[in-house]
Amino acid sequence: MVHDLYQEIILDHSKRPRNCHPMEDANRRAEGYNPLCGDKLKLYLKVENDVVKDVSFVGSGCAISTASASLMTESLKGKTRAEALKVMEKFHDLLTTDSPVTQELGKLVVFCGVRDYPARVKCATLAWHTLKSALNGVVEEPVSTE
Amino acid sequence: MSTLTSVVPASFDVERIREDFPVLKQKIHGKPLVYLDNAATSQKPQSVIDAIVKFYTVDCANIHRGVHELSQRSTAAYEETRAKTKRFINARTRNEIIFVRGTTEGINLVTFSWGRTNVREGDEIVIAGLEHHSNIVPWQILCEEKGARLRVIPINDRGELILEEYEKLLGPRTRMVAIGHVSNALGTINPVRQIIEMAHRAGALTLVDGAQAVPHMKVDVQALDADFYAFSGHKVFGPTGIGVLYGKTKLLNAMPPYQGGGDMIRTVTFEKTTYNDLPYKFEAGTPDIAGGIGLGAALDYVAHIGIDKIAAYEHDLLLYGTQALSQIPGLRIIGTAREKAAVLSFVIEGIHPHDIGTVLDRQGIAVRTGHHCAQPVMDRYQVPATTRASLAFYNTIGEIDALIDGLKKVKEIFS
Repeated sequence: MVHDLYQEIILDHSKRPRNCHPMEDANRRAEGYNPLCGDKLKLYLKVENDVVKDVSFVGSGCAISTASASLMTESLKGKTRAEALKVMEKFHDLLTTDSPVTQELGKLVVFCGVRDYPARVKCATLAWHTLKSALNGVVEEPVSTE
Repeated sequence: MSTLTSVVPASFDVERIREDFPVLKQKIHGKPLVYLDNAATSQKPQSVIDAIVKFYTVDCANIHRGVHELSQRSTAAYEETRAKTKRFINARTRNEIIFVRGTTEGINLVTFSWGRTNVREGDEIVIAGLEHHSNIVPWQILCEEKGARLRVIPINDRGELILEEYEKLLGPRTRMVAIGHVSNALGTINPVRQIIEMAHRAGALTLVDGAQAVPHMKVDVQALDADFYAFSGHKVFGPTGIGVLYGKTKLLNAMPPYQGGGDMIRTVTFEKTTYNDLPYKFEAGTPDIAGGIGLGAALDYVAHIGIDKIAAYEHDLLLYGTQALSQIPGLRIIGTAREKAAVLSFVIEGIHPHDIGTVLDRQGIAVRTGHHCAQPVMDRYQVPATTRASLAFYNTIGEIDALIDGLKKVKEIFS
């Protein structure tokens, strides 16, 4: 059923995204773009001593991409760069493989329904692709899911 | 939907017609398939499928080459489609019908062959603000290469071309006006006859992208006086991989070949090659023979139903759908041209088209969501994407009701 995809927590975060604002004093930024559906995202990070102190985003997108960005920002604070990339990897596995759903992803497991909607995987991963390029430094070109 | 009454003429037996389309008999996610993505591609009647199966089962051979029976059969069947196409769009001769892969290749053939020979620095090409990417990008490539200028006819809020602005764009440097007959994103039917007349008065040639017109209305290339007219087989209930470029004989004769290879030559030596006559000069290599034969069956099918009947029925569906959608709070139809084909493009406040598309899909309803390969149109309306229901003659009032019910469900989930 479609409710497996649009779980309550996803709908909540898509309607009331958390950490959804620009950040003046960010020291890492990146832009993400999904040309297929026109979703755009700007990500702001404040990284100190290899630890994500603060993270925010602005953008326009579908419920899945907005909720994914919102929940991602919540999950990142206090994580080291390596830890953040590890979460990204596990999140990607959650969406694209049949691996058992483990609880270590916390709230992010609500996206497990996306694996039954291959056309929507890119919506859920846009924020994470953008995160990767932000963590790897300031990028000139917007990162694309295509 | 009690306030809406069906206006569909009783003579059009849509249930009987639906029997001809095997794909429509299935369920998707447990619900009857409601296929409303006809502007992307149309479904195929059994007669088209049978024609392709028959070719591969008993007639398969290369064309224009062999003296053996199978080659003669396949050549005859393939060339018969050329004759049918000539009649279908009322070309002067069958030699004006060039088979290509689809509309995109037809346009690329013209930009490559005619464009590279005739367009010079400072010349101008005019297109419209409604164009599909396939009628933008090939001209852009040509303009960049030649130092020519691409000019765009603006559209009004309804999605209609502003002809007064078009008039101003025409000038002594205008070489070509390339225009979509019907907009795939909005459904606008452009006044191509008038546009062509104005172009000719300015001394420019014209190309019409007819991909969205040929399946839905009578097209007469002589009445339009189009210099080039391109369309795709798969949008007119035929197979993918085959399409048509019509061009006036005089123009085609003066153009260099598009691709070199077999079939397009008369004699070949290492010093010099002479080219074949029309239409073969533009048809290098083994074509999509099965596709061509399938297209012939598709044109027969459309002729059998009657293109005027199809246009009238789809117009009624469009009116019904427009009324029904307008009753959904927060829904805005994008593209409200007075002359419109059966395309319903819309946005719903606060709900992204991709989410609409996914929820509808789970109810068996296939729509297109996105920019419809017309990003400049989306920019014009300042939306990243729309949801598009595009209709064909096998769609029903009941299916539009299913779409409305589906959208109510979408609103339930996301409100």
